[in-house]
Amino acid sequence: MQQIVSRLQLPLWLSLAVLAAFPLFELTFYTELLTKIMIMAIFAMSLDLLVGYTGLVSLGHAAFFGLAGYTLALIAPQYEAANLWLTLGVAILVSALAALVIGLFVLRTKGVYFIMVTLAFAQMFYFVFHDTDLGGGSDGLFLYFKPDAAIAGFKPFDLENTLHFYYFVLISLVVSYFLLCRILRSPFGHALVGIKTNEHRMQSLGYPVFYYKLASFAIGGSLAGFAGYLSACQYGFVNPEILSWHQSGSVLLMVILGGQGAFYGAAIGAFVFVLLQEFLSSLTKHWQLFMGVIIVLLVLYLPGGLRSIGPLLRASLLGKTANVKPPAGNDPPDIAQEESANDRSDSLH
Amino acid sequence: MSDTLLEARELHAYYGASHILHGVNFRVERGETIGLLGRNGMGKTTLIRSMLGLVSQRDGEVLVRGSLMTRAAPHLIARQGIAYVPEGRGIFPNLSVRENLVMAARAGVDGHYHWTYERILATFPRLAERLDNGGWQLSGGEQQMLTIGRALLTNPDLLLLDEATEGLAPLIRREIWKIIQHIQATGITTVIVDKNHSAILDISDRIVVLNKGQVAFEANSADARNQPGLLHRYLGV
Repeated sequence: MQQIVSRLQLPLWLSLAVLAAFPLFELTFYTELLTKIMIMAIFAMSLDLLVGYTGLVSLGHAAFFGLAGYTLALIAPQYEAANLWLTLGVAILVSALAALVIGLFVLRTKGVYFIMVTLAFAQMFYFVFHDTDLGGGSDGLFLYFKPDAAIAGFKPFDLENTLHFYYFVLISLVVSYFLLCRILRSPFGHALVGIKTNEHRMQSLGYPVFYYKLASFAIGGSLAGFAGYLSACQYGFVNPEILSWHQSGSVLLMVILGGQGAFYGAAIGAFVFVLLQEFLSSLTKHWQLFMGVIIVLLVLYLPGGLRSIGPLLRASLLGKTANVKPPAGNDPPDIAQEESANDRSDSLH
Repeated sequence: MSDTLLEARELHAYYGASHILHGVNFRVERGETIGLLGRNGMGKTTLIRSMLGLVSQRDGEVLVRGSLMTRAAPHLIARQGIAYVPEGRGIFPNLSVRENLVMAARAGVDGHYHWTYERILATFPRLAERLDNGGWQLSGGEQQMLTIGRALLTNPDLLLLDEATEGLAPLIRREIWKIIQHIQATGITTVIVDKNHSAILDISDRIVVLNKGQVAFEANSADARNQPGLLHRYLGV
């Protein structure tokens, strides 16, 4: 583990240095684009905790992202700036509670049923905001002022300032990354990895698997809420699209593209996905066609995701086989198959 | 406290449409070593998994330490001091050897830590050398030792070993059998499933033979040894 961490650290610190130095080039458009990408990276990492480490492939993760955005828009006063710390806390809390309640239901299912019920729950939220006046219907809500960071009269930074907002998001990304890594190194994180490998085995060791999955789902939901809050701040409006299944699908693609089972992989996925989207849509109206082809090719030829490029390149340069740690994966097919016979019947109960 | 640690009464189990166990009665008393025998597909693993609550479709009763736990969650049954070493090993490949061990550690039902991390490393010196290796980097024998070590760290009263020596080289097998004997000598009740019938007859007090999801016969190991005809009929040896 130690070895893997140190081998990784250099590229990570380098990327961080580039991100920290980027605004010095004074390219406002790209600074804002990077801000958006970093927000999506937080969102993708929150989903990777579920997909890559707990084995929960959720297709409804945008529900928590959107819910936090709407919470900010609904509780912010219309003609003055809201308090950042207060609204951020409330937004994350709402997402966490929603994840906890939804988790109580959806975690009783497995596999494809899990994908379907997470999707169904997210669609319920989508239609609540789309078809009722609660959040301004399909037009959404505007947020005329970015939240105010003042603490007892002292204002450490101003989110209205593009640069300040950029660095606030960058710090949020770094803090989220290290927080998630810390969680994974804890006994709780080890239990999640064990659950993904083989749930029955963890039960046999005396672990109440359901509650561990619920906790993971709630942590993932809260972090997605954090990203959703930042996103709503950046754009100054929310509409139902932020909790649509397109959004859930995009973030799942980011995780798969980058390589599930490593948080930096999810972040790489977010960078590549958003950049491709920007680049292709500037070339043609039919950008989704090309995007689809690229994704299919990447999944076919790089099943470990973009993060496996480094080890593969190093291996081919040194003429060795790549010594890639398997992704926090499942058991070999024979064991998995034997046990999935039970799982299938379990998921129907 | 009852002296029966684990008991199945008229246990039926199903995988989807297939009926695997047909009313099995099985009892494990404290302190004994039971050899569970039978050809492939006769329901040995299913019997163990059903008693542990890992097979959801089942009828009949499962009693743990005398209390009815048929519908209890698997982790609650495990916390009654029952450790399971599954077939096909069962390490967590993405965790290091140390992490694999530490995640299982807890006090036994009596509140004591008879098996500590240090004691496990003393029992399995090979593991002590490989603490920082990932589970995926271990050899088959080492993986098996890790699984057994992990099970012991839960400080169980009853250890269920399913095909612990399968797929291992003869030398390593012998080492695993020695370890099993060592564990047995510490007074832990054990149920052993294995294809090596003579090793099981040597080590166990009692054998139970399953045939087509039913108990075909059970006997003291000494008696069973004197009835080679029966063993031949059900096990083909």
